[in-house]
Amino acid sequence: MKMTGSQIFLKCLEREGVKHIFGFPGGVVLDIYDELTRTPFIKHILVRHEQGAAHAADGYARASGKVGVCLVTSGPGATNTVSGIASAYMDSIPIVVFTGQVPTPLIGNDAFQEVDIVGITRPCTKHNYLVKDVKDLARIIHEAFHIARTGRPGPVLVDLPKDVIQGVTTPKFPEQIRIKSYNPNYHANPKQIKKALELILKAQRPVIYAGGGVILSKASEELTKFAEALQIPVTTTLMGLGGFPAPHSLWLGMLGMHGTYYANMSVHHCDVLIAVGSRFDDRVTGKIEEFAPHAKIIHIDIDPTSISKNVVVDIPIVGDCQDALSQLNALAAEHLPRELSQAHRAWLAQIDQWKREHPLTYDRNSGELKPQFVVEKLYELTQGNAIISTEVGQNQMWAAQFYPIRNPNRWLSSGGLGCMGYGFPAALGAQVACPDDIVIDIAGDGSIQMNIQEMATAVEYDLPVKVAILNNGFLGMVRQWQQLFYERRYSFTPMVSPDFVKLAEAYGALGLRAEKPSEVEAVIREALNTRKPVLMDFRVASEECVLPMVPAGAPMHKMLLT
Amino acid sequence: MRHVISVSVDNEPGVLSRVTGLFSGRGFNIESLCVAPTIDPDVSHITLVTAGNEMIIEQIIKQLRKLINVIKVVDLTATEHVEREMALVKVKAEDRQRAEVLRIADIFRCRVVDVSPATYTLEITGTTEKLNAVLGLLKSIGIQEVVRSGSLAIQRSRKD
Repeated sequence: MKMTGSQIFLKCLEREGVKHIFGFPGGVVLDIYDELTRTPFIKHILVRHEQGAAHAADGYARASGKVGVCLVTSGPGATNTVSGIASAYMDSIPIVVFTGQVPTPLIGNDAFQEVDIVGITRPCTKHNYLVKDVKDLARIIHEAFHIARTGRPGPVLVDLPKDVIQGVTTPKFPEQIRIKSYNPNYHANPKQIKKALELILKAQRPVIYAGGGVILSKASEELTKFAEALQIPVTTTLMGLGGFPAPHSLWLGMLGMHGTYYANMSVHHCDVLIAVGSRFDDRVTGKIEEFAPHAKIIHIDIDPTSISKNVVVDIPIVGDCQDALSQLNALAAEHLPRELSQAHRAWLAQIDQWKREHPLTYDRNSGELKPQFVVEKLYELTQGNAIISTEVGQNQMWAAQFYPIRNPNRWLSSGGLGCMGYGFPAALGAQVACPDDIVIDIAGDGSIQMNIQEMATAVEYDLPVKVAILNNGFLGMVRQWQQLFYERRYSFTPMVSPDFVKLAEAYGALGLRAEKPSEVEAVIREALNTRKPVLMDFRVASEECVLPMVPAGAPMHKMLLT
Repeated sequence: MRHVISVSVDNEPGVLSRVTGLFSGRGFNIESLCVAPTIDPDVSHITLVTAGNEMIIEQIIKQLRKLINVIKVVDLTATEHVEREMALVKVKAEDRQRAEVLRIADIFRCRVVDVSPATYTLEITGTTEKLNAVLGLLKSIGIQEVVRSGSLAIQRSRKD
């Protein structure tokens, strides 16, 4: 049967199981938008800026574990998605971005709204395509979804020229995929697994350092089982939050620049470090020469390029985290039950002492409204059950420190790229994927203004996302660096914001404000009881710092604690 | 250390840009790069010369393998291989120097591919060292222009 490019496009999405797309129409994608009116199985969410579409698709993917999809027009529509694509790339999030393109005969002519988006996004996509013939369309879309969701996931962009969208052909929808040069290795080498377990069983001071790979490979149960069976403490990266059920007796919290004292001390003093689906990012390692200086390192990762990229490892294991951990669990079972060595018991006791000496804390008696207090209250009043997205900066770090995440896919944050403006559209994407959950964006007064326009999207589609603005009148994290390292010269970090309560009302959402600690609970309760989008403006202490902090370039055990 | 890396890729537009973009984006260097289609019209072959310590070379190879359009990557430096490069060089050749240029050409088995009253254009094939030696000699006579292909390399077959 003959079909147009737009019909093939939507049929392909249906075959991939796509239920929602985030998008914004424009000249060259008019045919697809026209066809959408006759496509009941796909719900299109109209964003207010294409960056919002990419972040929303990302948030949808993180919360649901499925591929997120967005659709935009050529030129500026395409370039506006780039920050969202780069963020998804850094965090290995499976999204497929469809961009319109000018008709193929016009490509290269500097036509109206033409941009070489395939060239622009080459370094920040897992792969990308320019479809030149409508006959290739069905195959390419199938490949795009396959590449996005398999191996180390990531964003894939498909550029669709207008004449391809309008072209007519009898499509063949491929059942199977054959990409001769793409064959990710899921199965970890059993010999390496055996070597790793031997090293782990002999360890006196072991620590697990888990990252986003645990969540992407759905390995958190295996990870928990392994840690509990061998009594190994676990720290995770920002991306790994939710991969281990916090709070837990073996839980060390997050490590790195704003990690806990005890996580960083444990990694610094451990003798075997088991890295699972993490990539030794500079915000985690600090001064790389002094990272885990006493440890033999085991590294499990599906991407061979992550292994020995920043830190040379002793036992590399290329494979899916879930596969590797389940092999480790099966092999470890032969040694169970097992009595812990004297040294191992002393190690756990040492860690407990570190936890008691320097817990995560803040001044609870100042009388000021502290941002940490707001996050703690959010945790308490949602019983830790909300999906949390964050913006970037202090708000993100306080959320990571004071809202322990119990389960995977409940924590959405732009980790690698650190993209301000991520949290709110990502929260909308998560709310679309999980309509019955409470979704909270923990934001700053700076970040929220980068994609505040999506409030209109939230209201239009009745997405009852709650935004908690930790409003300190500053670009807080940059201000913190200025305070600590630039002698308090606050260059362009104080900022004026609108009246967020009135702004919320102008959009048709609910706006609430708290200025004193005593007002916080009532505001959060009202927000949670309101079945519509809410902006909560918390006027918090303006010069609060995120602590502990490892100054950039310092080794991890040299933290500023006060 | 210098490494010669052999890369098979899909013969599609944009693939070379993925490869070179990887090098520029990650700060790896390219000393030379040779690209042409193979006897299979769907496959192109790249011979790439780069330099770096062991960790960097390992990253280069892994990153190349990660590109979806890259089919096969071999570090030829680690194996027995034959390496050749070609140069076309336009040398000043007037009066007595005409004979001297031809003598050098003869010694190094170069071919004369173009002649004018004041110049010879020579085709030189060999290892990079040989090319450097010939060009060194010709330089004292006077090189007007030189173009080099960059290295091509192929693995030696097993002899047993």
